[in-house]
Amino acid sequence: MTVVDAHVGAAVPATSVLPGERRSWRRHAWSLAFIVPAAVWLGVVVIYPVFATIRYSLFDESDTTFVGLSNYKSLFTTDSLLTAFRNNVIWVIIFPFFVTLFGLIFAVLTERIKWSTAFKTIIVMPVVFSTTASALVWSSIFDINPHVGAVNAAVQAVSDWFNPPGAYPISQSAGQSVASLASAGVRSGPGGSLVSTATVTPGHTVKLGLTGISPTTLQVLGAKRALVPTASAGTITGLVWRDFSPAHPLSRTKVYPDEVGLPDLHLTLTGTNGSSVASTTSNGNGRFTFTNVPKGTYHVSIDSSNFASGYTGLFWLGTQSLTPTSSLSQTAQALLSVPLVDFAMITAYLWIWSGFAMVLLGAGLAALDREVLEAAKIDGATEWQSFRRVTVPLLAPVITVIFVTMIINVLKVFDIILNMAPGSSQEGANTLALAIYNTGFTGGIHTGLASAIAVILFVLVVPAMAWNLKKLKGAKNS
Amino acid sequence: MAVVEAPAPALPSARRFAFRFRPSRVLLNAVLAAIGLFWLVPTVSIAIISFRPEGLFQTSGWWMVFSAPAQLTLENYKSLFSQGLVAGGLLDSLITSIEITIPATFLVTVISSLAAYSLVFGRWRGRTAAFLVIVGLMVVPIQIALLPVVQLYRAFGSVTGFNPYGTIEGVVIFHVAFGLPFGIFLMRNFYTGIPNELVEAGRIDGAGEWLLFRRLIVPLGMPAVASLAIFQFIWVWNDLLVALVFLGGYPHFPLTIYLYDQTRTLAANYWIIATGAMVSIIVPLIVFFSFQRYFVRGILAGAVK
Repeated sequence: MTVVDAHVGAAVPATSVLPGERRSWRRHAWSLAFIVPAAVWLGVVVIYPVFATIRYSLFDESDTTFVGLSNYKSLFTTDSLLTAFRNNVIWVIIFPFFVTLFGLIFAVLTERIKWSTAFKTIIVMPVVFSTTASALVWSSIFDINPHVGAVNAAVQAVSDWFNPPGAYPISQSAGQSVASLASAGVRSGPGGSLVSTATVTPGHTVKLGLTGISPTTLQVLGAKRALVPTASAGTITGLVWRDFSPAHPLSRTKVYPDEVGLPDLHLTLTGTNGSSVASTTSNGNGRFTFTNVPKGTYHVSIDSSNFASGYTGLFWLGTQSLTPTSSLSQTAQALLSVPLVDFAMITAYLWIWSGFAMVLLGAGLAALDREVLEAAKIDGATEWQSFRRVTVPLLAPVITVIFVTMIINVLKVFDIILNMAPGSSQEGANTLALAIYNTGFTGGIHTGLASAIAVILFVLVVPAMAWNLKKLKGAKNS
Repeated sequence: MAVVEAPAPALPSARRFAFRFRPSRVLLNAVLAAIGLFWLVPTVSIAIISFRPEGLFQTSGWWMVFSAPAQLTLENYKSLFSQGLVAGGLLDSLITSIEITIPATFLVTVISSLAAYSLVFGRWRGRTAAFLVIVGLMVVPIQIALLPVVQLYRAFGSVTGFNPYGTIEGVVIFHVAFGLPFGIFLMRNFYTGIPNELVEAGRIDGAGEWLLFRRLIVPLGMPAVASLAIFQFIWVWNDLLVALVFLGGYPHFPLTIYLYDQTRTLAANYWIIATGAMVSIIVPLIVFFSFQRYFVRGILAGAVK
C-alpha cells in the first residue's frame, strides 16, 4: 500500500523542485553523517591497527630498532612456531572436512524424521556456548582418570570385559613390579606370578608374606586381621598376609596381631614339575585351604592375574605423536608429529560447530528444487545415487561456503587450545593464534615477533575470505 | 519452495519421498536418537557435575548419579554465589560479563543500522566502494589489532588522562569495532530489501533523515536488528581473548576469564569450573531459546545470503 502511495506522492511535488534541491545538500550531509561513527570506529580500531601491526613486525621485541624481516625469519626457524604452523595444518586438513560432512549428514537425515526440530535444537545448542566452557567440559570427558573421564571409563568398561583387572593391580608404568611385593616365603615365579620358596606337603601350613599393598586396596577388599590357620591331615592350608606391622615397622616374616590378611587372592597348588593341581581363593583373613591333596610335594603360587592392572586410562590430551617421529631431530618433530591432543580438541570442536553447518545445509536443502530429486527417483535412482549425484552437486555452493568459513575459523583457533590442552600439552598443541597471544601478551613479550605471526595469520585468512565473499556476491547476483 | 508451487499431485509424492528411505525408518530414528543423545552428553555431564557434591568428582564418574540421584544438591551454586560481590567471584564475573555485553551489543546494532541506512538510502558518492571496504574488514582477524590498540589506548590515556586499557570501556570499544563489519553487512543486506520509494516518499513529505531512520527504517529493520543483536550478544558473551588482553590488571573480569583462571589454579576444583560453566552457558541458552528463529536467520544471512 505504502509503495503505491509513494508513487502518487512522487508525482505531485515534482513541480516544486527548488525547495527540495536546496535541502538536498543537507540531506547528503545527514545521510553521510550516519556513517561517520562506523567509519571512525573502524578506521581507528580496525584499519589503522592493520598497518601498525605490519610496522611492528619489522621492529625488535620492544619496538625500538628496525630489524627488517628478521622476525619473519625466526618465525620459520623457531621449532615452537613451526609446531604452531603444523597444528594449524592438521586442523585445516581434518576439521573443515568433517564438520561439513556431519552437517550434511544431519541435514539430510533430519528431513526424514518427525522430531527434526528437537534433533536440530540439540545439535545447534553448543554453537551458542562459549568455547571456553565447551573446552573445559571436553577436557573432563577426556580426563585420564576413568572415574572422571567418560571416554576412558567407556574404554575401561570394554577392556575389563575381555581382560579383567586383578584385585591387586600393579602399575608397571609407575615402576612397580610383582617381584618387589615378595617379602616372606615367596619369590617371583613364572609369568609374573609369585611362588612359595619352600615346598609344602599335605598336612602342613605355608605362610606367604607380601608388602607394598596400598591400604586403600585393602580397605576396598575388606581385609581383616591375619590369622595363621591350623594344619590338618590331607589338606594344605596357608596364609597370605601383608607383612608389615605399623607397630613393628622393621620386622618381617613374623605375623603380628596388627597385620592384615590379603583377601581374594587367586592361588594355585602346583606340583614340583610345575603342573597345577588345585586352585583356591583366600578369605578375609588371608587364609586359604587346598583340600584332599594327594601325597607329594608342592608349591603354592599366587596367580599373575591378581596383579593385572587392566586398563588404567589413556592420556588423550597428551602430545604423544601418532606418527613415528621420536627418533627425528627437534625441527623434524615439530613439523611432522601429529599429537593425540589435536584429535581430542578437534572432536570437541566438531561437537561445537556441526550444528552451524547443519543449519546452513538444511536451509540449502529446503531451497532445492524437489522436482529434480523426484525426477531422479522416477528414473530409478537409489537413495544413495540421488544423494550423491543430485543433492550434493546442487548443494555444492553452500558446501564450499561452509568449508571455507571453517578453514578461516580453524586458522584462528585459540580458545579451545588455551582451555582444553593441559599445561604439559600447551606447547605441542600450539597454534598461530595462540602463539600471537603467548608471544605478545604473556611472559617475555616480543611485540615484533607477535606482530609478524599476526601478519602471517592475516595473509593466510585473506584469500579464503576473499574467495568466500566472491562466492557470496556471485550467489546474490544470480 | 518448489513443493509449494508444484501442482497438487506433487504433494503426496513429495511426502512419500520424505519417508521412503531404504534402511527402515525405525533404524534411522534409532541412529538419530543415538546421535542426539551423544550430543547431549557433554552438556548433561557438566550440569550433573555442577549439582553433585564436590568431593565425588575424583572418585566417581558423573554417570554414577543415575544409580544414586539423591546425590544431587544445590550446594555448589550456594557456596559460589554466597561469596557475593567479591571481585573475581562468580557473581561478580557474571555482572562483569553483562556490563561488557550489553553496551557492546547495543552500540553495534545502533551504529550498524545508522551506517547501513547511509549506505542504502544515502545519496553520496562511493557508497558501493565504502560497503566493499567494510565487507573486506570482516576478514581482519582480531589478533592483528590487539597490540596496536593496546598502544592506542595508552596514548589516548596519556593525552586525555583516561586510559581505556584495563577498563570495561576498553573491551567494549574493541568489541564494537570488530562487530561492525558483520553488523553493517547484515543490516545493509536487509535494508536493500526495503523499497526505496518508502524513503523517497517520506523525503518528499518533508521528513528529515533522522526522522526517516528513526520512525520508518528502524521499525522495519527490527528482525535484522534482532538477528544482529543475538549474534553480537553471544559473540561478546563468549569472548575470552579480547577480555584477556584488554582487562589486564582490572579486578573484575567476565565469566570466560573466571573459568580460564580456575583451570590454571591446581586441579581438584572442577566443581567450581562446572558450576561456573553452567552459569556462563545458561545465559546464551536463554537467548537462543527465546530468539531461535532470529538466531538461525542470522546464521543464514551471514553465510549464504
